[in-house]
Formats: sequence, C-alpha cells, structure tokens
Amino acid sequence: MNTKKVNKLALAVIKLIAAVVVVILAFLLGKILLSGLPHVSWHFLTTPSRSFTAGGGIGIQLFNSFYLLILTLLISFPLSLGAGIYLAEYAPKNRVTEGVRMAIEVLSSLPSVVVGLFGFLLFVVQFKMGFSIISGAIALTFFNLPLLTRNVEDSLNNVPKLQREAGLALGLSKWHTVTKIILPEALPGILTGIVLCAGRVFGEAAALIYTAGQSATNIDFSNWNPFDESSPLNLFRPAETLAVHIWKINSEGIMPDAEQISAGASAVLIVAVLIFNLSARYLGNRLYKRLTASK
Amino acid sequence: MKAGKYDLNDTSIMNFDKQKQEIALSTHDLQVYYGNKHAFYDGNLQFERYKITALIGASGSGKSTFLRSLNRMNDDVATVTGEIMYRGIDINSKKINLYEMRKQIGMVFQRPNPFSKSIKENITFALKENGIKDKQKLDEIVEKSLRGAALWDEVKDDLNKSALALSGGQQQRLCIARAIAMGPDILLMDEPCSALDPISTLKVEETMHELKKKYTIIIVTHNMQQASRVSDYTAFFHMGHVIEYGKTKDIFTNPKIQATEDYVSGNFG
Repeated sequence: MNTKKVNKLALAVIKLIAAVVVVILAFLLGKILLSGLPHVSWHFLTTPSRSFTAGGGIGIQLFNSFYLLILTLLISFPLSLGAGIYLAEYAPKNRVTEGVRMAIEVLSSLPSVVVGLFGFLLFVVQFKMGFSIISGAIALTFFNLPLLTRNVEDSLNNVPKLQREAGLALGLSKWHTVTKIILPEALPGILTGIVLCAGRVFGEAAALIYTAGQSATNIDFSNWNPFDESSPLNLFRPAETLAVHIWKINSEGIMPDAEQISAGASAVLIVAVLIFNLSARYLGNRLYKRLTASK
Repeated sequence: MKAGKYDLNDTSIMNFDKQKQEIALSTHDLQVYYGNKHAFYDGNLQFERYKITALIGASGSGKSTFLRSLNRMNDDVATVTGEIMYRGIDINSKKINLYEMRKQIGMVFQRPNPFSKSIKENITFALKENGIKDKQKLDEIVEKSLRGAALWDEVKDDLNKSALALSGGQQQRLCIARAIAMGPDILLMDEPCSALDPISTLKVEETMHELKKKYTIIIVTHNMQQASRVSDYTAFFHMGHVIEYGKTKDIFTNPKIQATEDYVSGNFG
C-alpha cells in the first residue's frame, strides 16, 4: 500500500470510531430524554415524592441535589485551590511532596462506594452526624478533592513560566504574582475542572446512599432558618438526592408509576447537568475576559 | 568546539575611574553555582551609568546566568556568592528587600511576556499593586512609558485592547514600557530581540538609544552586530569566565585577547 492509501485508511478508521462514539452517546441521550421528558412537568418538578401512590414528584430531591452540590463545592473548592496553589507554585521537589501527589492519585481512584462506607463509619456513626446533608457533603469532598486539586495544579502549571518571571521582575511578591497574574490566566481551566466535578457530584449515588441517606424528609420552603429542622437549609437533615432517588425507585420503588418517575427523574438529571455545564462554561469565558481584558 | 584551547585566566578587564565615571552597578567576586556545577566564575565588573553594556559570548558561556543574578532572578535555582554593589548596598545580601530592589533594577526577557490583560493594564498593574491609585497619574505614566518605549503612536487608540493582539515586536516594546513604568535605575535585557524579526529588532534598538539617556542598560545578546550597534561597552564571556571587558569599539576592532578576537571575527573554536 502506498502512503496516500494508508493515510486515507487510517483517517477512515478514526472517523468511524468517532462516529460510533457519537452514535452511542446520541442514542443514550435521546432514549433517556425521549422516555423521560414527557413525564416532566412543573408539577413533577415541584411536588414531594410519594412512596405508595402515583402522582409523586421530585421537588425535594432536586433541591437536595443542588444544595448538596453547592455545599460540596463550598467545602472542596477552597481546599483544593489552596492545595493546588501550594503544589504548583510553592512545594519543593522532594519526597514529601511526591508522597502527597501519590496520595492524591490513590485517593482519586478510590471507588465511590468505599468513600460512602468510609463516610458512613466515620461521620454518620463515629462523629454522630447521622444521615445528613453535611455527612454527604464531606464524603463527596473526599471524592472530589483529588480531582479538583489535580486540576488546579495542572491549570496553574499550564501558565508559562515567563509570566511568573514578568511579575517577579516588576517587584511583585510571589503571592501577588500567583493570585493576580497566574490564577486569572488559569481560571478557565480551573472552571472546566469544577464543572466536571460538579457533574460527578450531581450524578453520584453510591457515596451518598450511606451518608446523606435515602429519605427525603418533608421540608418547608417558607422556612429559611438553617437551624430549624424543617428548613431546606438545615445541614443535619437526611437528604435523598435525585441520583439516589432514581437508584432507590428502581431497586425498591413500590409506587405504581415508579417507571415513569424514574424516567422523568433521569431526564431531569441529565438536563440539569447539561445546563450546569453550559452556564459554567459561559461564565468562565466571561470571567476570563473580564480578568484579562482580552477581546 | 575546541574552546578548551584558550587560557581562561588570560583576561583583560577594564576598570573605571570613579572620579570621572559614575558607576551604577558593580560586582565583586561573583560566583554562580547550579547545584554542584560552577557556572560562573569571579565576576568583577563595573557598569557605567547611562551607558549600554553588552554581554556577548556563545550559548552556555554564563552571560544570562550572570545577568539574571544581578536582580536575583536566579535565587530559586542557583547559589550566588560575592557582592553586587548598587548605591553602596550589597544587593546580593539576604537582608535585601527583593521587591524594592527589583523596582530599581528592571528586566526585559528573551521572549515578550505581556500579561494577558489590556495594553494599559499591563503597565498599570504593578503600579496599582504599589499603591498608585490616582487615575490621572496612572494615565500619565502609561503615556510616558509607552512613549519611552516608542510604542505610543502605534497603540494610543487601542489602550484597552488585549496586549496579546500586538505583534511580537510591539509586545516586546510593551514589556520595555512596563519595565520603565516602575521608574527603574537599571534595565537588564536578556536577549530582548532574539524572538523578533529584523524590523522589530531595529525599532527596539532605536528605543534603547533613547532609553540610555535615563537608564543604565545591560543587555545580553547573541547578535554581534547588535552589540556593536547599540552598546558603549562590551564584555565577552567564555565558559563561565569574563575574558575581556572594554569599550565596544576596542572589543570589536582591537581586542586584546585571542579568544575575543576569534569570537568577534567568527573564527571561534
């Protein structure tokens, strides 16, 4: 075969593989959306679920998912930002930091069900936090932290070294150089990482079954006092998320419309992740433009 | 390269008459080590104020190493011993406030490295960090330093555009403007034209002629025409040693050391 033919053949194979991936993805998405969306209505999105009768919604689960996501990011983002900045900019190259990096790698490949059981034993049982949002958020932080830290570190490392020298040569301190020059340039990369992690958190079930629990207590959306038991903001109430709800009704749902609810909830889950990704990407671009004044 | 054939102790280093010439910066017994590797030996050089001094030599001869030691940019990677005297102070001392020192001794790098901010912000950013908040004053400094770097006429209508949209030569002049906006005394330039085309190079060189009225410039260059065009003094570096230091004219037309003669005439090695 001559070079031209080989090239054509290779290209055809690669295109075919790409097409297969796209078809599988489109099929999955299409199936979930087509079977789910007809069941989605405002009523479905806002009413509490019912255990035994038809007509229940996913209102509380949906709120729980978002609340848990925000809480998890609130805890894990500052931690990973600090750790990432340290590893990328300050950490000396020695065995200790190599050990830290390796620990992060290992932690990132931990199965989520193990994270969940660990969270159950430590937070739920040992620390007596019970099945609660906060237990779930901390467990998910463990789940999230390695990837986020790695992402922050990589994004910072992708900013050319010359930019750091430019800042230092102007008499800026290392801290100012990092926070005011390097970080803004790394921001789009960091945001992409947060989005990916947010998607993981939003769709995570295994780690939450044993930590945030499987029951959606009735909450009163007019009560915003976080210390009140029926408040949506209460950190110590059990909180079944959307993903856990889907898992639960599929394994032990006894309501007559379990199948429809499961389909509808899956569609909502996917659409939510989609919206979240798109808006975060848009936000990242806007932020980058504002911080760097580029057109 | 048969560079080993030269006697590294056979040197000719000019000294200035402190009565007649003002010394902006001088090094005494400067040594630079990368780990165990001795990269630069026995630097005893003086730099006259308001003059351009070129550092020439082959790659790996230690000239960039030497230059980057002068404003302590090598602190993280190298050990530098000896004295660097600036205004009667040894700035190689541990006690020196690096950040204040670097405002006095600015630096322009090999590749243009503007921040991904607007043209104006590239200049005002470090000033703001230093507490200059007055808008009018900032605008004045922006114009003054852009004029100083011969860039004002090209960018005065686009000050809020991204610096990354500029050409390489313009970016490098912006970096010069950014450095002189800090009001430094000395400008260190590390092969500032190596990434630029000939026309941009010429513009930067013209800029340097203007700049030396107000600043003392030390420039590392691989381009010997450039060294002979722009500089007043030239130091020839070889294998971590300064072999010859004198007036540029002498170095290029009447060098005292064989190694220098071979290098400037292209018969090196």
